Amino acid sequence: MKAVCWQGVHKVGVEEVPDPRLINPRDAIIKVRKAAICGSDVHLYDGYIPTMMRGDILGHEFMGEVIETGPGVTNLSPGDRVVVPFPISCGNCFFCEQELYSLCENSNPNARLAEKFWGHSPCGIFGYSHLLGGYAGGQAEYVRVPFADVGPLKIPDAVSDEQALFLGDILPTGYMAAENCNIKQGDTVAVWGCGPVGLFAIMSAKVLGAARVIGIDRFPERLNLARRAGAETINYEEESTLEALNELTGGLGPDACIDAVGMEAHMHGVQHAYDKVKQAFRMETERPGVVRECIQACRKGGTVSVPGVYGGLADKIPLGAIVNKALTIKSGQTHVQRYMKPLLARIEAGEIDPTMIITHRVGIEEVPDAFQMFRDKQDDCVKVVVNMAS
Amino acid sequence: MAASFAPRPTLDRSLGWFSLGLGVAELLAPKTVGRMIGVGDQSTMLRMCGMREIVSGVGLLSGRAPATFAMSRVVGDVMDLALLGASLRSPDANPTRVAAAATAVAGVAALDLYASKADLQSSLAEAPQDVPVTTSLTVNSPPEEVYQFWRKLENLPRFMTYLDSVRQVDERTSEWVARAPGGVKLQWRSEIVEDEPNRFISWRTCPGSEINHVGSVRFESAPNGRGTILRVEMYYGLPGGPMAARVGQLISNGPEAMVLEDLRRLKQLIETGEIATTRGQPSGARSLVGRAFSRGES
Repeated sequence: MKAVCWQGVHKVGVEEVPDPRLINPRDAIIKVRKAAICGSDVHLYDGYIPTMMRGDILGHEFMGEVIETGPGVTNLSPGDRVVVPFPISCGNCFFCEQELYSLCENSNPNARLAEKFWGHSPCGIFGYSHLLGGYAGGQAEYVRVPFADVGPLKIPDAVSDEQALFLGDILPTGYMAAENCNIKQGDTVAVWGCGPVGLFAIMSAKVLGAARVIGIDRFPERLNLARRAGAETINYEEESTLEALNELTGGLGPDACIDAVGMEAHMHGVQHAYDKVKQAFRMETERPGVVRECIQACRKGGTVSVPGVYGGLADKIPLGAIVNKALTIKSGQTHVQRYMKPLLARIEAGEIDPTMIITHRVGIEEVPDAFQMFRDKQDDCVKVVVNMAS
Repeated sequence: MAASFAPRPTLDRSLGWFSLGLGVAELLAPKTVGRMIGVGDQSTMLRMCGMREIVSGVGLLSGRAPATFAMSRVVGDVMDLALLGASLRSPDANPTRVAAAATAVAGVAALDLYASKADLQSSLAEAPQDVPVTTSLTVNSPPEEVYQFWRKLENLPRFMTYLDSVRQVDERTSEWVARAPGGVKLQWRSEIVEDEPNRFISWRTCPGSEINHVGSVRFESAPNGRGTILRVEMYYGLPGGPMAARVGQLISNGPEAMVLEDLRRLKQLIETGEIATTRGQPSGARSLVGRAFSRGES
């Protein structure tokens, strides 16, 4: 089969690889119909996530058709159309029982590696480094899905492939980011980054009752989408984010701040140069400009919610502001399985239209070029969907 | 294995301070050192030697694993002699000074060799006859079930990878077959010493066995019905004695990591019915290093 493989920093290629097969009793094989390139795939492309190996199959956003199931999978049959959550979760461990699926204890075969980095291991993730299991991903014609009796969600006929696709990651990720803000009547939520996750966080904050949502970015097309999703916007190239937020909130600051940017933040001036140099020399793994700004902007007693991806160590985090303003920090890889059904219901009811963020549709052969286009935001690129069935 | 914090002999300390002093000089003033020993301007090389000296020095002064660090000095001396010899080919070398430096290094090397042998002997005398391993893990299942899974000894090879098979001979005795590194087959008989249902099992090899293995597992109820805390303690008396055990620790992650991986597999089997793996999945073309690494992956 054809698969998109990581071949090194800034090198992604389509290779001919063997078809996957069932390995464990609870596996299923899915014929991928649609996959997507995630913003977090860009961190792999840029080489900021350690333990990637040449030949790793990428992709953790995908949906398709079940073609084979192991004896332990009784809830799916060949022919079922399913969307697959990016966290691989057993459904049996203490964490899965608490619906903390991304913290599953039993799905990362390289847990010992992750424990060295972080003290404890999160779940395994498709196509996202050997630290997180080294599982072959879904930017391929076929993919093996472990614990298929727990993860994949059957898609009703009335819902299209594209409408369902983002249930596997970015829609729940944006939603959990907003849910983590513990939004109350009258709240103002500020969202840094109006890419796919930021846009879904904006929509979700609205759905969860935020009175005002403010989107922050510098690309006009993304700010346009943010306004379409119901946000006011700040273009940080034109005005200072902190001043604008204070102005908009009467000096109070937003009740909650969402960092939908992550480790490769673009900032201005000395701060950007400082982090860029430290990151280049691997003296810190992140450029945490957005987290810093969220903490600085947030109102006293407010919440900073971090769906953005970070992997290791960051410098100059204003701990003093966290303590003295009594902030709450919430984060985590998304517990996707917890959100898929309720969000599917919102899609069916027409409350959320996930397809509004799609700007590009490509075939598998065009994925390597699409990576670069997406990373550099060329051609107003916001979200790339890969059609596999063509 | 507990580190020995007893004061080290004077020789180790002197060599440690010597290493540190030389290392700092090489690191900070490589040109001056280069002139003194007659090798000319070899700053990069001398700085690297300096780093090595500092590591050896700090190691010796810390008093932990003195034999290893004294041996690192011996290896360093040999490197230095080789480098001195090679430097003679350089046009700005001063043969008289190089010869003097080489004589000095040879003298120190003799001291280093003596120290490392003495350290090795004393550490072997102090080393326990067996390598003790203790580790624990929580399994999301009641103690009764985890106990029963373990007590059915035929289950052990399902999560202890080095075991080929375990066969129950009678209520207390069982026959174990294992693969040692290098494919050597080991076989022994084990007997259960204590057996408290749902709480504790201990076992040991029967007298006259090829290896000396003692182990126990405790099944503790985790608070509030959160499953079972497994506490495992094992002693491996490997053929070849403490030396073999030390080498084993050096080349593998150590027996502790091995037992923890075993327990992880046990947890996965009990909680999910299978063991998470990527072995057998497709990938694109690997690099040479990648191929070696993926073989080690579970």
